Amino acid sequence: MGKLARSPWLLHYDGSSCNGCDIEVLDCLTPRYDLERFGIINTGDPFQADIFLITGGINSQSEQVVKQIYSQMPEPKVVVAVGICACTGGVFKECYNIKGGVDTVIPVDIYVPGCAARPESIIDGVVKAMELLRTKQEEFSRRKKEKKQA
Amino acid sequence: MIPVISVLAYLIFAPVLGGLLDGADRIISARMQGRVGPPLLQPFYDLSKLFSKQMIAVNNVQLLLNLSYLVFLAVSGAILFGGADVLMCLFVLSTADMFLILAASSDSSPFAVMGANREMIQMMTYEPLTLLIAVGFYLSTGSFVVKEIIHSSISPVVMMPGMLLGFWVITAIKLRKSPFDLSTSHHAHQEMVKGLTTEMSGPTLAVMNIAEYYEKILLLGIVALFIINKHWWSWILAVAVCLIFYFLEILWDNVSARVKWKTMLMGCWIVTLLAGGINLLILMLIK
Repeated sequence: MGKLARSPWLLHYDGSSCNGCDIEVLDCLTPRYDLERFGIINTGDPFQADIFLITGGINSQSEQVVKQIYSQMPEPKVVVAVGICACTGGVFKECYNIKGGVDTVIPVDIYVPGCAARPESIIDGVVKAMELLRTKQEEFSRRKKEKKQA
Repeated sequence: MIPVISVLAYLIFAPVLGGLLDGADRIISARMQGRVGPPLLQPFYDLSKLFSKQMIAVNNVQLLLNLSYLVFLAVSGAILFGGADVLMCLFVLSTADMFLILAASSDSSPFAVMGANREMIQMMTYEPLTLLIAVGFYLSTGSFVVKEIIHSSISPVVMMPGMLLGFWVITAIKLRKSPFDLSTSHHAHQEMVKGLTTEMSGPTLAVMNIAEYYEKILLLGIVALFIINKHWWSWILAVAVCLIFYFLEILWDNVSARVKWKTMLMGCWIVTLLAGGINLLILMLIK
């Protein structure tokens, strides 16, 4: 396994979620699901995070925050949209204040469906994100090498 | 033992041992919480990941300051494991911490600055007892020099049990264990993000982690100094005591919540005064 896939650190942000998915994200850390088995830490610091986990659709207030957090995360990084609201806007899609899913603001790599997303599917999404991190890391180190040679 | 060999052994193996201890710490903590926990080598996976990440720094001097923290901790440990002056070792240890405070305050993040402020309060909290311990070693064995302390006829702990107890309390601060993990902690989600380490990313954080592994082994080395005497079996006893000591720190970490800084300061100073001060008074009277 790649270096990143063995120790992905999560950053969780609530875009405009009803807190249903947030509770399920926290559920993943409880003894029943124990995300730390995979070396995953739920950190609160974008500077130290590898996976950006967002719940809820994006509104005009959370847009700037999401963009800023994304820009503060060091490469390579992966974005996971958790729950149907984060994927597409869900039932709030037509609301005047909602811009839509997370992908209207930043590039999303993994979509986890569900309302609320089950802990099992969140873990599945995170494990897929770990695989993606590995390919992204190879790309990142290749780019770094090319930069050095240039 | 020849000082050169023990110093080299410390410099090479302390990060490895410290990392393994951290891995075991995380597994034991997880088991105490009814979880499985990460693999034993997780700290090393974390380190290699951190080194491979992009380096983001608001202020480039931070990496240099973190490296100074690492170097001073290594020097401090080398003084102890080389058999030199224990007083000098403790002074260099405080100097090392100053570099970490500088590193944290070198950027504009309010969380990091708040963490740095709290780290200074933590220093104020544990520093009196650290000095008392050095004096205690002198009074009980007649020397500040580690080489002579380990050749005393009885273990220093017989003369200074109160100080070992006090050292257990301040080691919780040093190891960033709850209830005294005010400036930063190994657990996520606290009131000030990651405190001291908020603005440290990738390689910078990795350097800080390696420094902490050096510190861990250094602190356990001081614990061992309490136990070791001229008999060979005292070395085995010292290792056992170190492991129990560390286990008790993990236990304390898992059963207590974080306290406010005033409680920490007053609590630790009372412990310093009662455990350390009275122990010192008795030592001065009987010696």
